[in-house]
Amino acid sequence: MLEIRNLAKSFGGVKATNDVTLDFPDGSLTAVIGPNGAGKSTFFNLITGALRPDSGQVLLDGVDLAGRSPPEIVRHGIGRAFQVASIFKSLTVQETMLAAVSADQRSSAVLHKRFPLPETRDRAEHVMELLGLAGKRNRTAATLSHGDQKLLDIALALVLEPKVLLLDEPTAGMGPEERWRMIDKVRELWETQKITVVFIEHDMDIVFKIAPKIVVLCYGRILATGTPDEIRNNNAVIEAYLGTEHAGAAA
Amino acid sequence: MTELEAGRAETLAPVRGSAALHRYRDVLIALIAFAVLASLPLFTGSKALLDFVIRCSAYGLFASSLNLLVGYTGLTSFGHGMFFGLGAYSFGLIMQKLGLPIPVAFVATLVITAIIAAVIGAICVRLKEIYFAFVTLAFQMLIHSTILSWASFTGGDQGLRGGIPRPAFFGINLANHVHLYIASCALLILGLLAMRQIAQSPFGYTLRMIRDNAARASFLGIDVWRAKLTVFVLAALFASMGGMVMALFVSGAYPEFAYWTISGEAIFINMLGGVSTFLGPMVGTVLLLLLNDTVTRFTEYHGIVLGVVILFFALGLRKGLLDFVTEWFSHRRDAGEGR
Repeated sequence: MLEIRNLAKSFGGVKATNDVTLDFPDGSLTAVIGPNGAGKSTFFNLITGALRPDSGQVLLDGVDLAGRSPPEIVRHGIGRAFQVASIFKSLTVQETMLAAVSADQRSSAVLHKRFPLPETRDRAEHVMELLGLAGKRNRTAATLSHGDQKLLDIALALVLEPKVLLLDEPTAGMGPEERWRMIDKVRELWETQKITVVFIEHDMDIVFKIAPKIVVLCYGRILATGTPDEIRNNNAVIEAYLGTEHAGAAA
Repeated sequence: MTELEAGRAETLAPVRGSAALHRYRDVLIALIAFAVLASLPLFTGSKALLDFVIRCSAYGLFASSLNLLVGYTGLTSFGHGMFFGLGAYSFGLIMQKLGLPIPVAFVATLVITAIIAAVIGAICVRLKEIYFAFVTLAFQMLIHSTILSWASFTGGDQGLRGGIPRPAFFGINLANHVHLYIASCALLILGLLAMRQIAQSPFGYTLRMIRDNAARASFLGIDVWRAKLTVFVLAALFASMGGMVMALFVSGAYPEFAYWTISGEAIFINMLGGVSTFLGPMVGTVLLLLLNDTVTRFTEYHGIVLGVVILFFALGLRKGLLDFVTEWFSHRRDAGEGR
């Protein structure tokens, strides 16, 4: 279980994350929403070690990971994908997967053997199949379509077999149809892999349709948490968010 | 075995075999290359040709080691020549002052290089791009001025004079020109083979990941700083080997070996040959030394000619020669398949 306790981070005078306390039970699927600048990405960066929190705790199965380095946090089982696909542009899909498994098996500093190591193959193969990238295994990452690059980014996180998977806008920059394909994929992964998934999403239709639990952030604070119905009927949320710029989406 | 498992076993087996196969292929190519080079003295008595190959060995080791940093890791060092100079001076001084057997001096020099490279690397590899480049350059100048000013030990601007003693070992007498030639070729081939292994190992792919996207690599659990430091030290070792070959060849060591221009030459070589293939710097070495030797024979303005050639590769082709050739071949192959 991932427990966030009183997490806080300020940039100058701006409280980007302000006393956030949340629980993500094992195997849960949670959407994080909020207007631009609500501190969603900062929240992810604090959990994954990209930023050091000013105070608070990030407990994964009781171990406090707050303020540790990204490699350490990844090794404890929190994987992430990025808003802009963060991949290795000159490696092929297959090489990317194999190298990531090598990193996870702590053989990324091995000098005397040839790449790829035989013991990395099964896991790489499995995740490529899972995300439908197996047919594109020999494509250089830079030549993949935008959607496939996002999938590869998720594959990179998934191949490490994390306990918790954080997806920062998996559908960013996609057309409507592609969005649904991607989000179906995310839901399928969550159902089959039995991992805890937390994702940031802007599209309200998607959020209300697939997320059993929603967290609304606003100015670094938690505005509301609950099921889609609870969120839809929450006055504070309607006031701060849905009632204004996203009226159309909520309707 | 289910059908699915059978299918997977089929796709796995060839890959497992091919990794081993690639290694044997590399060793085979190395053996053939060594056999060809080693048999050269049988066919020609030309001392100039053998000298040329020895110089190619020294520079080839040096330039290929820089490619581990530039091409594979994306670390553009402007001071890599310091380890070339360090190798030449350490080896020369150990032989002159202590009179140890050559293999012992060789290993001792590598140990000294590793220690100094680890200290300098620990400071430098944290820095990004241009800062890394300039701080490595600063360390190069530091070593160069140390050599110049510590004249009682290093001979100052005169260099290590009086020749480097070359006592025979295991029946190898490096004072003999052909023996020196064979030994240089052997060091070159072994060095290249070792660097090739580094480049194709899991660590080599870690380096590629760091070059492409260091932040993402750290989110996969890779300690980027440690990997960069490791390759910095490894590359220094091969540069130092190149320096030792050079010291043996000229039987001395000179401050120019540690001057920043030697780093510049290695960067030139990498630009000429290309950094996207393993052998690019080796091709670049042969090109640069050929150019140097022929152009200086015709004109005293060889700097201008070399500059124009560099500009041609940098602006005209926008890549090194071997990059260009391999791309051309893959285009042709694709076109052939398309038909």
